[in-house]
Amino acid sequence: MCHWLNRSNKEGLATLQEQVTAATVPTTGLRRRLRLGERFIEVWIFLSGLLAIVVLLGIIAILLKEGLPIFAHTPPWKFLFGAKWYPISDPPTFGIAPFVVSTLMVTLVSTVIAVPIGVACAAYLSEVAHRKLAETVKPIIEILAGFPSVMMGFIGLALLSPLVQSAFNLNTGLCGLTAAIMLSLMSLPIIVSVSEDALHVVPKEFKEASYALGATKWETIWHVCIPSALSGIAAAIMLGIGRAIGETMTVLMVAGGALAVPVSPTDPMTTMTAAIASGIGNAVRGGLQYQALFAVGLILFILTLAVNIIAERVLERQKRKFAR
Amino acid sequence: MSINLNVPDISARPVEKCVTKLKTEQVSLFYGSFQALRNITLDIPSRCITAIIGPSGCGKSSLLRLFNRMNDLIPGAKVEGNVELDGIPIYDARIDVADLRKRVGMVFQKPNPFPMSVFENVAYGPRRHGIKNRGQLEEIVEKSLRQAALWDEVKDNLGQSGLALSGGQQQRLCIARVLAVEPEVILMDEPCSALDPVATLKIEDLMRNLSQTYTIIIVTHNMQQAARVSDMTAFLMIEPDRAGVLVEYGPTAQIFTNPKDRRTEDYITGRFG
Repeated sequence: MCHWLNRSNKEGLATLQEQVTAATVPTTGLRRRLRLGERFIEVWIFLSGLLAIVVLLGIIAILLKEGLPIFAHTPPWKFLFGAKWYPISDPPTFGIAPFVVSTLMVTLVSTVIAVPIGVACAAYLSEVAHRKLAETVKPIIEILAGFPSVMMGFIGLALLSPLVQSAFNLNTGLCGLTAAIMLSLMSLPIIVSVSEDALHVVPKEFKEASYALGATKWETIWHVCIPSALSGIAAAIMLGIGRAIGETMTVLMVAGGALAVPVSPTDPMTTMTAAIASGIGNAVRGGLQYQALFAVGLILFILTLAVNIIAERVLERQKRKFAR
Repeated sequence: MSINLNVPDISARPVEKCVTKLKTEQVSLFYGSFQALRNITLDIPSRCITAIIGPSGCGKSSLLRLFNRMNDLIPGAKVEGNVELDGIPIYDARIDVADLRKRVGMVFQKPNPFPMSVFENVAYGPRRHGIKNRGQLEEIVEKSLRQAALWDEVKDNLGQSGLALSGGQQQRLCIARVLAVEPEVILMDEPCSALDPVATLKIEDLMRNLSQTYTIIIVTHNMQQAARVSDMTAFLMIEPDRAGVLVEYGPTAQIFTNPKDRRTEDYITGRFG
């Protein structure tokens, strides 16, 4: 079927098409109507694709338009590295270092928690568990990814924060660590799912070769499967990080909301997302705080974009690796 | 232990060199309810090349994989009967399978180097068995690559990916990788089926050289290859219920010139299969 479609002889193809159309659709009116339908669908798909791009560009444009003016008030380096966020003082100061440090800290801690567990779980599902068990467990883990974040925040608030408080002997259990643990739970499904996919496509031949050389199961997983799937696992980690950076509701509920630059993960803190969510309601439209929050959003957008681009690149490499 | 074959003469080999290396007694193999092999009894002599031939799907590879327990990796596989390596039953519960596979190496049908450098490919086995010293590893890698007749082609660039080599080179790399763990037996599952004739001849030469020190069992579709390289030949066939049975086993020269069983003769003369 395919070889005649690929043939460069367009004339032959046209004749063939005409024959096919003539054979199946006898009246010319019907044929025209079909062609119109075809055109309509083409245009529809094209417009849908265009819409996605337009929306993305629109968001960037608004972020730039609303966010950039703040840099006329506070220079970019002062904005980024300033430790004082007093948006309603007189004069107001906009230093977002507390938010940036909080975001980085929470993301780092959640990644450190989620990656070993996630990769180990993926290795278990892909290499150790029976196929049937894996096929049952994986969708369940993936459902966890769709769990509403407000519920995760609620669980963190009600269950986890008292535990963290007593375990680390803190004044409050609402701190970066609690948020990080909840975020690690939320990024776990994506890490498990994408890593498992990557491990699953490691050719059986590699594993057989390893076993045949007298390697144990653990040695085979550690020295053959994981290295072979490394770029896929790296992409999984990047996607997990992307999830953790962008998550808002949970951190807003459990991170504590302090405005100082955090020193330890057990300090209460406000991440960039939480700062925007809690601040934007009180900000005067077009005011300085409003602009500053948009600028925070801009920086957040650049961060997540960078993470996504890296993940995309890495996944692309994984795909090419076994195409020989 | 002397070798006990259904035919007395071992064609090209001095008899005293050959003792029974591997032995199967009344071995049957099941994949779930499907019986892949039935009542296979074989004595495989040491330092010889034993070829397993037979039509497609007759269980040649399954038989080969009995000897290093690769069938264990297939869920539902079950072995009945006795398989012995140097007189020790290898399906005993006390046997360490990793240790068995170190002694009984395997080369696969499709060359399957790891996606690592040539050096790391060969060093993989020794590393897993506890050799960490870089100098020692380099020595092993060079020795194995020389044994596999690949050294001269790759010595200038041991860091290149194993996947960057040609098919024939990849297969020799896989052989070097097996040699690096110093096995006693090497199982080869149609090692030349993915290779061109020149590469095939190279591998066959290599096999003849290796059989001075190693016991080699080769599964092959190619009867000329079996005739060219092997000392002993086992002919397997499918029974009506699709289980593989051993029809005839003996010195290659005898199997190819004077087969005792009618079915063997039909197969090697190309009347079926």
